[in-house]
Amino acid sequence: MNELIEKMVPRFPVNKKDSLLGMLQEIQKAHGFLTEELIREVAQYLHLPVNKIYGLATFYDQFRFHALGKYHFQICNGTSCHLSESSINIKDLENQLYTKDGGISRDRKFSLESVSCMGSCEQGPVVKINATVFTNVSPDELNRIIRSLKDKTE
Amino acid sequence: MSVLDSIQTKDFLIEKILKNYSGIFDKGTGEQLALIKREKVIHPVLYLGMGTCGIVSGADKTYMAIQKYLNDNNLEAEVVKTGCLGFCSAEPLLDIQLPGKARISYQHVTQEKVEDLLNAVFHHTLIPENILGQHRFASHEEWPGVDFIDQHPFFAQQHRNVLHNTGLISPWSIDDYLARGGYKSLFKTVLNYTPDKVCEIIEQSELRGRGGGGYATGKKWRNALDTGSDQKFLVCNAEESDPGVFLNRAFIEGDPHRVLEGIAIASYAIGANSAYIHIRYNHEQSLMIMENAIAQAKEYGILGENIFASGFNLNLFIRKGAGAFVCGEETSLIASMESQRGTPQTKPPYPTEKGLFGHPTVVNNVETLANVPAILENGPTWFRSIGTNGSKGTKVISLAGKATRKGFVEVPMGIPISNIVFDIAGGISDGKPLKAVQIGGPFGICIPPKGLSAEIGYESLQEIGASLGLCGLTLLDEDICMVSLSKYFMKLLHKESCGKCIPCREGTHRMLEILEGITKRPKEESSHETLERFKGVVQLENLAEVIHDTSLCGLGKNAPNPVLSSLKWFRDEFEEHIFDRKCRAGVCNDLRSFFIDVDICNGCNVCQKKCPETAIIGAIRMPHFIVESKCTGCGICFDSCKFNAIYYK
Repeated sequence: MNELIEKMVPRFPVNKKDSLLGMLQEIQKAHGFLTEELIREVAQYLHLPVNKIYGLATFYDQFRFHALGKYHFQICNGTSCHLSESSINIKDLENQLYTKDGGISRDRKFSLESVSCMGSCEQGPVVKINATVFTNVSPDELNRIIRSLKDKTE
Repeated sequence: MSVLDSIQTKDFLIEKILKNYSGIFDKGTGEQLALIKREKVIHPVLYLGMGTCGIVSGADKTYMAIQKYLNDNNLEAEVVKTGCLGFCSAEPLLDIQLPGKARISYQHVTQEKVEDLLNAVFHHTLIPENILGQHRFASHEEWPGVDFIDQHPFFAQQHRNVLHNTGLISPWSIDDYLARGGYKSLFKTVLNYTPDKVCEIIEQSELRGRGGGGYATGKKWRNALDTGSDQKFLVCNAEESDPGVFLNRAFIEGDPHRVLEGIAIASYAIGANSAYIHIRYNHEQSLMIMENAIAQAKEYGILGENIFASGFNLNLFIRKGAGAFVCGEETSLIASMESQRGTPQTKPPYPTEKGLFGHPTVVNNVETLANVPAILENGPTWFRSIGTNGSKGTKVISLAGKATRKGFVEVPMGIPISNIVFDIAGGISDGKPLKAVQIGGPFGICIPPKGLSAEIGYESLQEIGASLGLCGLTLLDEDICMVSLSKYFMKLLHKESCGKCIPCREGTHRMLEILEGITKRPKEESSHETLERFKGVVQLENLAEVIHDTSLCGLGKNAPNPVLSSLKWFRDEFEEHIFDRKCRAGVCNDLRSFFIDVDICNGCNVCQKKCPETAIIGAIRMPHFIVESKCTGCGICFDSCKFNAIYYK
């Protein structure tokens, strides 16, 4: 059995009906994302069909099947941010970051995700890049941030 | 009298305050309590709002600046991290309380302001900018010439019952809550009342669920109590994903122990020994505060085995919601907790008969549960005295959009919406006229200013088609296009539809298509085709009716609301989009027609090169021209012109 899952065994007993979601959450937290291999392992452990687990994981917003980019952009798509004067055009951002909403760019530098309310409705538009929150972001400012991130070479 | 260490404080609070029935105590105890409550302070105390909104506004940087200032000047002062006071647009909020002086609130305290501000206050002078007000307290010396915070328009009309402690105490400390009489209701309940009696009190108080449907809470508890099953569950629903409504986290981040007390009382009333709090995975602050609060309550013997030696056990678990909008509905919430797809189930059987793992389960909203301790403390008559005929008590409402003052407020039921919009929120910022108010998140409705006389309450809001549950008011000004707003909500609902019922899954898709058709400019169109597009709007109404009548859960039933209400009140705007291809707010970009001002254009040729449709013609150094039939209205030329020669209508 996979090490990761083995560690979780005491907390998520096989016979508990509600172990699955918690396990997937823990796996994502530890591994960063879900893979087919890990889902198969969970299925084997919990005696559940793989397709059921895959169905569950795709239903919820939390789970993803690819790693995050080096810079993970979260764009608030809440009502307030959407309505603020300079609401962020997700299409433009997709073009700039070379990725789709919910995807990752080929060079694995940027990933983009539009999320529901981040709880800072009075300061929209809100953009979260990794753990840093930017408020009242104007398109120009966002462009500047992206340019500076693109220029960074490590 | 001396300052107690943490173990002494714990014993003192539990033995002398919590277990003191009469509420009367000797002078020494009173003074000790005043010290813990920080009514009397020896060193200055700084209170910094560190809720989600505060941190986003830069409160953590302010915190560092304060710590640095105190270190540099060798000052002894306590810094307390509080939750959000509700006035989110004024964050970061810093309150300063000097010994003997009233607590004074400063708004917008960014890191660079810290030094000047603290310099002044510690020398007993004040910088007049950014003062929000001072807190009223009898034995504190007032700051001269500073208004009281309870006179501030944002707070004057509020009735803070659930939010009583929010923003004033530290959510990280159980001592703060205990010192203010917290957990007394639980103590009284488990030792003096039978579960039956608790249900009776709640029934008498006429408390109704604050989540959505407004089902009588007492009745729900009674149903669960009467099932006679030996295994029951209580679920506190804090799964909140409505864009623009951020109430649940406000309760948890401001006063988590009040929620815990409510949960404990509710569990006792229905006879449950296990309770769950369901919090969305990305509310990290809420999760941390709740975990801390539960650990503290267990340490103090308030949760766990044999609470207050009454024989009542309660185990509390946090469940992280994996993020699905539909999980706000109770049956889908239960499905999600059972590690299934969060799809709603048909009722009956109601969760109170057959819920989580097949056992009777009561699902209550956070706000409902936060109301419970005060009802048991002050009695059902007190609670009934607030509010209107059908709706008792208070309601916490969030204010967002283009309002001058944003955040969340607690108002008594029955207050007209116009009072909240104009007095508390201060209308639209910059003094622009109000176009509409959007009530109730994505399922909500838009009402124009003339409809604002409606009152806050279950029945009165139902009359106008809104729901009290998700009571966020979003203020909209003239720059908002109602068609585009409807499209935005429909997009969200279409994405979040769980896919179980066809009317909701397919219906929202079709409605979105029709709305997208309206906001797009066809390249060429005959009058017949215009008529066909207009028929779409008529179909929109029919479709909405079918979706409403045939969907299973609240999400589907209410999905057409935003479109229907916009159609009702702002029909002329829809017609303008269709017939005149005009968006009066200038939001629907695809409808724009671009023109080149021949007097300004110098023929630099930049726009011609950039135009993806080759719709711009003209020789170099000669004014250019846009061929309207080819133009798709993308606006690239507008953005690229350095001479502002391009304009649109």
